[in-house]
Amino acid sequence: MGRYIIKRIIAGLITMFVLTTVTFFLMHAIPGGPFSPAEERKVPKAVMEKVQEKYGLNDPVHIQYVNYLKNLAQGDFGISFKQTSVTVNELIEQGFPVSAKVGLIAIIVALLVGIPLGITSAIKRGKWADWLSMIIATVGISIPNFVLSVLLLFLFAVVLKILPTFGLTSWQHYILPVTCLAFSPIAYIARLMRSSMLEVMRYDYIRTARAKGVHELQVICKHALKNAIIPIVTYLGPLVAILLTGSFVIERIFSIPGIGRDFVSSISDRDYSVILGMTVFFGAFIVICNIIVDILYAVIDRRIKIDE
Amino acid sequence: MKLLQINNLKTTFHIEAGQVQAVRGISFHVDRGESVGIVGESGSGKSVSMLSIMRLLPENAKIDADRLTFDGTEIMDMDQKQMRRLHGNDIGMIFQDPMTSLNPLFTIGDQIMEPIRIHQKLSKSEAKKRAIEVLKMVEIPSPESRLNQYPHEFSGGMRQRVMIAIAISCNPKLLIADEPTTALDVTIQAQILDLMSDLKKKGNTSIVLITHDLGVVASMCSRIIVMYGGEIVEEGTTREVFYNPQHPYTWGLMRSMPKVTEGEKKKLIPIPGSPPDLLSPPKGCAFAARCEHAMKICTQMSPVPISLSESHRAACWLMHPKAAKVERGVGS
Amino acid sequence: MSISVHMNDKEEDRFPGKHINELPDELFEKVGEDSKQDNEEISRPSKSYWQDAWGRFRKDRLAMIGLCFVLIMAVFAIFGPMFSQYTYDGQDLNNGNQPPSSEHWFGTDKFGRDIFVRTLYGARISLLIGFVAAAINMVIGVIYGGLSGYFGGRVDMILMRIVDIMIGVPDLLYIILVMMFLGNSIQSILIALCLTSWIGTARIVRSQVVTLKHQEYALAARSIGSSNLRILFKHLIPNSIGPIIVTVTFLVPSAIFSEAFLSFLGIGIQVPIASWGTLVNDAIPTIFTQPYQMLFPALAISLTMFSLNFIGDGLRDALDPRLKK
Repeated sequence: MGRYIIKRIIAGLITMFVLTTVTFFLMHAIPGGPFSPAEERKVPKAVMEKVQEKYGLNDPVHIQYVNYLKNLAQGDFGISFKQTSVTVNELIEQGFPVSAKVGLIAIIVALLVGIPLGITSAIKRGKWADWLSMIIATVGISIPNFVLSVLLLFLFAVVLKILPTFGLTSWQHYILPVTCLAFSPIAYIARLMRSSMLEVMRYDYIRTARAKGVHELQVICKHALKNAIIPIVTYLGPLVAILLTGSFVIERIFSIPGIGRDFVSSISDRDYSVILGMTVFFGAFIVICNIIVDILYAVIDRRIKIDE
Repeated sequence: MKLLQINNLKTTFHIEAGQVQAVRGISFHVDRGESVGIVGESGSGKSVSMLSIMRLLPENAKIDADRLTFDGTEIMDMDQKQMRRLHGNDIGMIFQDPMTSLNPLFTIGDQIMEPIRIHQKLSKSEAKKRAIEVLKMVEIPSPESRLNQYPHEFSGGMRQRVMIAIAISCNPKLLIADEPTTALDVTIQAQILDLMSDLKKKGNTSIVLITHDLGVVASMCSRIIVMYGGEIVEEGTTREVFYNPQHPYTWGLMRSMPKVTEGEKKKLIPIPGSPPDLLSPPKGCAFAARCEHAMKICTQMSPVPISLSESHRAACWLMHPKAAKVERGVGS
Repeated sequence: MSISVHMNDKEEDRFPGKHINELPDELFEKVGEDSKQDNEEISRPSKSYWQDAWGRFRKDRLAMIGLCFVLIMAVFAIFGPMFSQYTYDGQDLNNGNQPPSSEHWFGTDKFGRDIFVRTLYGARISLLIGFVAAAINMVIGVIYGGLSGYFGGRVDMILMRIVDIMIGVPDLLYIILVMMFLGNSIQSILIALCLTSWIGTARIVRSQVVTLKHQEYALAARSIGSSNLRILFKHLIPNSIGPIIVTVTFLVPSAIFSEAFLSFLGIGIQVPIASWGTLVNDAIPTIFTQPYQMLFPALAISLTMFSLNFIGDGLRDALDPRLKK
C-alpha cells in the first residue's frame, strides 16, 4: 500500500512537471507577450517593471525557468501583469472557495441523483425509470453544458421568472449553476451505474445471496451495490476535471466569482502570467484529486494487486 | 410425503434466436434423508432443473410444471417471503465455482452469518458462535481468525468449504450441490466429497448432487438420475444403474469413466458427436444422432419411459420387444 | 424382463392413434451412419461481417434518424449558403435584431447579419472540424496504439507511460494553451484537438492488437516471413476495425463540442466567421430581449450532437456487440 501511494505520487509529480514545463515554454514562445524579448513586448512600462522584477526577464530562459520552479515549490504561482497589484495566489484564495463550494455541491448532487437513477434503470430494465435515465443520459452527453446553461437560464429566469440569474447571494442562486454543472456527470454516472449494476447482477455471488434467502432489496443494496459502485469511484477522478472545465462556462454565464471565471477572463485579456499560474494550479489540483481517488479505490477493493 | 416432488417440469429460455427448451418435461422425487445424483454432460439441463426449483433463474426463463412441491407445499405458488424461507433455511445450495460464488467485498464471517441471522433470528454474537461451529464442521482450521478474512485470502478448496458451511448453516432439509468439485483440483475434490459424505452420515439432510462424473455419484448417492438433452433418459438406484443400465447414453457415460480394475488397463471410449441444439430439439429421441444403435423410430418418435422395477426406469426404443437385441457396450 | 408401459394421456400424444405395440416393424430397423449426419450441418445462411453489421444498424431507429439528420445537415451546410442572398458577414445595421421572418428565417443579430446563414456556416465549420479531427486522431491513434501493442516490451512501456502522463490533466487545458500559442484559426483548432484526443483510440487499438497478435493467423503470417509492419497493418488492424470505427465515431461529437467550447470562451474561431459556439456566446447579452438569436444555434448544435451520439451508439451495437451496454 505504501509503495503504491509513493508510486502514484511520483507519477503525479512527473505529470505536473511536464504540464508546468509545457505551459512555461508555450507562454514564453507567444509573440508579443510579457515573456517575449524586450523589443517585442507590447506591455505598459509600469507593469513591465514589476513583471521583470518578479520573473527576471533579462535572465536567460533556462534560469527564468529554474526560478519559476523554485517559486512554485514555495507555493508562489506568480503575478498578474494586467492588474499590477494582484497575485495569482490572491485570485486563487478568493475564487477557489467559491468554485469549490459550487463544485462540491454539484458532485454530491450528481452522485445522489446519478447512482439511484442508474440502479433503478438497471433493476427496472425497459420500464419508465430506465427510459427516464436513458433520456437524461443522452441529453447530458449530447448537449454541451454552455448550451444547456443558456437554455435553462432562458427557461427559468426569463420565461418562468422563478429563479435568480446572476451571482451567488442566496440558496436559490445555486440551483441553476449546480444543475448545469451536475447534469452531464449525472448522465455519465447513471449510465455507468446501470451497466455496472447489470453486470454485477449476473455474477454468481448474487445467486448465492439469493440462495441464502436474502431479501431482494438487500441483495441489490448490499451485495450488488458495493461491487457495482467501484467504477463510479474510478470516475470521480475524471469527474473533478469535468467539473473544473465546466466551471469555466458556468461561472461565466451565471457571473459567479470563482476561479473558473478568473481563468476565462485571463484568457480573453491575454493575461499570460495568470494563465500560466492558473494552469499549473489546476493541473496540481487534478493530479492530487486523482491520487486521492486511486487510494480510495484501493481501500474499497482490497483485491487490487496494489504493487502492480 | 416426499420431500421434493417434481412432475413434468419444463424450463424454457427466451433468447433473441428463439426459445431454448433447456428442460423438457422431467419428473422425479427426492425422499427424506436420501441422496440422489443427477448425471449428464454440460447443457443436459441438470443445473437448470435445480435452479428452476429454487426459482433462481434469470428473467428470461419460463418455468412450467404440473407439480413442484417441497415438503408438501407447492413452490410455484409461494410468495417472496415463503421463497426466502425456502432459500437458505429449508434448502441449502452449493455452486460449481467457489471462486466466483462468494462476494469478494464482504468477509467470510459476514457471509456465513447472513443466512443464520436472517433465518434463525439470532443475535450477532450467537450468530458468530454458530458460524464458528459450522466452519469447524467443514474442517476449516482456526475458524475464529478466519471469520474476519476476505474470500481472496482463501484457496479454492477452502472457499468451497465456506460455501458448504453457508449451505448447512441453518440445518436445511435438502442440500443441492451443483457440481461442487468440478472447479477444484483432483486432490481437493476427494476432500470435499469426503466432507460431504461425512455431513450426510451425521445429519438427516437429503442431498441432490449434480455432476457429470458417474464415479462421484457411485460413492455418494443411493439413486441416480441420468439426464440428456433436457430429459431424463434413465433413473434407478445406484446398483440398478451401474449393474443393469438400459440406455445407450448411460452405457456411453460408463465407458468414458476411468476405472482402475486389478492390473488391467481399459481404454476410455468417448461419446462421439455433440449434444442436441435445444433451440429446435430433435423430433425423436434426443440421443439418436449420437447413438450407435439408433433405429428409424428413434429419429421419429420420443421413446416412452419404461419401468423395469419399482425404482428403475429408462426411455429407450431398444427396450421395445420389436427392437433387435444389442450388445451392451458397457464393457465390464 | 417384464415390460410395463406407464402411459398417461401426455404420452398418448406422442403416438397419435396408435398403441405402442402396434408400431410397424420397419421402424425398428437400424439406421445407417450417413442418415444421422444431418445434425452436423449448419443451417443458418452465412452473412459477411459488414452485411450483418448493416442489418443490425438499420434496425436501430434512433441511429438511422441521426444518420439522416447529419446527412441533411451536411447537404444544407455545403449548398445552403449558395442559394441565400445573404452572406455570413454581410452587415445591415438598419435591420439589426430582427425577429424571425420570411426575409430572415432565424432573424438577424445586432449587426443585421442573417442568423440562418450564419448557423449554416457554423454547421460547415463544426462538421469540418468534427470529421477532420476524428480522421487525424484515428490515424495517430491507430499507428501509436498499433506499434505499442505489436512490439510490446520496452516500446510499449515507454509509449504507454507517455499516455499516462498526458491523461493526468484534462485535455481542454492543453488545448487552451496551444490555442493561445497558435492564435485563432481553424488550423490551430485542428492541431490543438489532435494533441490528446487520439489517446482513447490508441488504447483501444493497443488492447486489440495485444490480444490478436497471438492468434493463429498472425503466427501463420509470421511463419511465412511477412514483415512486422505488414502483419500489423494487413492482418491485425483490419481485424480490429470494428472497435476502431466505434471510438472514432465518438470523436466527431467530442471534437465539435471542443470547438464550440473554445469559440464560446473566445479563443476558437475568429470573428466575423461564425461557429455554433460563437453564435451562442454572442447571443448571451441579448438573451432577455432576443432569445431566438441563441435558440437556433443552440438547437442546431444539440440536434447534431444527439444525432452523432445516436450514430455512435448504433455503430457500437452493430459492429461490436460485445461492447453493448
